[in-house]
Amino acid sequence: MGKTMAEKIISEHVGKEVKAGEIVVAGVDVAFVQDGTGPLMVEQFHKMGFDSVKPKIAILFIDHAAPSPRKELSNAHNVLRGFAQQKNIKLVEIGEGISHQIVAEKYAKPGDLIVGADSHTCTAGALGAFATGMGSTDLALAFGTGKVWLKVPETIRVEVTGNLPDGVCAKDLIIKIIGDIGADGATYKALEFVGDTIENLSMESRLTLSNMAVEAGAKAGLIPTDEKTRAFLREHNREEDYREIAPDHDAIYERIIKIDASSMEPVVSKPHTVDNVAPVSAVEGTRIDQVVIGTCTNGRMEDLRIAANILKKHGKASGVRLIIVPASQKILLDAIHEGLMDIFVQCGATILPPGCGPCVGVHGGVPGDGEKVLSTQNRNFKGRMGNPKAEIYLCSPATAAASAAKGVITDPRKLL
Amino acid sequence: MLKGRVWKFGDNISTDHIAPGRYFHLRSNLPELAKHVLEDAREDFPELVQKGDIIVAGKNFGLGSSREHAPRIIKLAGISCVVAKSFARIFFRNSINVGLPLVELQETDEIDEGDILEIDLRRGTLFNITKGRGYSFEPLPSFVLEILELGGIDEYMKKYGDYRF
Ligand code: SF4
Repeated sequence: MGKTMAEKIISEHVGKEVKAGEIVVAGVDVAFVQDGTGPLMVEQFHKMGFDSVKPKIAILFIDHAAPSPRKELSNAHNVLRGFAQQKNIKLVEIGEGISHQIVAEKYAKPGDLIVGADSHTCTAGALGAFATGMGSTDLALAFGTGKVWLKVPETIRVEVTGNLPDGVCAKDLIIKIIGDIGADGATYKALEFVGDTIENLSMESRLTLSNMAVEAGAKAGLIPTDEKTRAFLREHNREEDYREIAPDHDAIYERIIKIDASSMEPVVSKPHTVDNVAPVSAVEGTRIDQVVIGTCTNGRMEDLRIAANILKKHGKASGVRLIIVPASQKILLDAIHEGLMDIFVQCGATILPPGCGPCVGVHGGVPGDGEKVLSTQNRNFKGRMGNPKAEIYLCSPATAAASAAKGVITDPRKLL
Repeated sequence: MLKGRVWKFGDNISTDHIAPGRYFHLRSNLPELAKHVLEDAREDFPELVQKGDIIVAGKNFGLGSSREHAPRIIKLAGISCVVAKSFARIFFRNSINVGLPLVELQETDEIDEGDILEIDLRRGTLFNITKGRGYSFEPLPSFVLEILELGGIDEYMKKYGDYRF
């Protein structure tokens, strides 16, 4: 019987053939936490009496509140710094970037089993890894034993065909999928993204797709590896990490969803759920106070280029605050070298250091009461950006930039 | 056997509602963070919740971030069990790991705020004493029930030293 990508990868990590529905204990290749979940991981690691850190790659990231906006968080960061030193493991400091971007650039290999104490760990599925988010105690177990328990998920196959029209991004595609199946449409399941549209997407766009798998409730969002995966690894000086990972032709799926990309239009998620999806045309003209371009969803070079192109031609409307957050230090440097940062700064944008920025409501752009924010991030739950009295719309980098140019939500196809 | 009074919530209660990001700095101080539990879903909840109370909600309870602080502060606030039509996956794992019992039940619309429920996790029965109506649900796998009974997977690991399933 054929296997899905999830079944293949988990089987390799259990050491025997497993199929959807089985509860297994699997070995872990990469395990990580961030500053919001890490201190509790450290506490649980000690509480369970563990001593050494088992996974080959174990990383502590300081990305959520970086640099620290207050003393409690500075102390939490120091808990992680102390643990890293004591256990001699890698710590990624403030300003180096968001965990998911750095895992994609430096650590995730096709076929890996990756667990992170952050729900968007599923991002690395774009590289053909089974990557999933868990809590601090699960990560303490992964750090302490090198293993996690899992239920092998059933898989929903998402087949996307046709060319994305101009002005429509991978972000629009994933928002549409979540709108179609709902915020719980893939709960306990894995998503597999296939079809010629996916094959034609850049690795950066694929990372955007996998990143948001969890917004449909999914455990993982996997994409078969190909020459683009290999090229991405080569670009990051680790082509030797490439291997082919694809589902079997006779794999069994929970269901198959077919999407025609060529008929798509730009979309947004309206407040306060990601599956509250509408075409941009339905909300055009809505006044906005702040635009955020960045985060682990859309803070890569491709996204910044799309935004810079629009802003270079059309400038930024006065009265809109524009915040740009590159996802990693490498991206920040590349954007500087390419002149993108000049364009952003000249049009009046604020550049934040690589990291989560205002995405999770800790610092770096908390909206005021009654304000409307348009962001390329992945979540718009009430209070997400630190103020339950603000409203968050989610969109692509093209829609974000076009809207920053006009001061109201704008269909990017009009400004191309 | 659990027994408690019901607090009702709707669909899609996220971890941002349960443990808002603006209290990020309180994550290392759970008793303080618990003073804000679910306040973005219902402002007076942290003040009014009593030990032993039960949360009854709609679908996809606990969606969003992986923050384990969410089930921890629900438990710290005194909630003895969360009953919902469905749970988000990471929240489900985290709740088990921290020893917060969960019950998946489709008929939560028939339960009202203030009702008194009696729940038997091992037998898979829920009885609404106020309404005189009983329901059954699929009990959780026995290793999960054992983790809950021990008070969390940390206690389980202290007892067994490794996964035993
Ligand atoms: S950018 Fe936002 S969604 Fe991504 S890891 Fe940071 S807080 Fe989470």
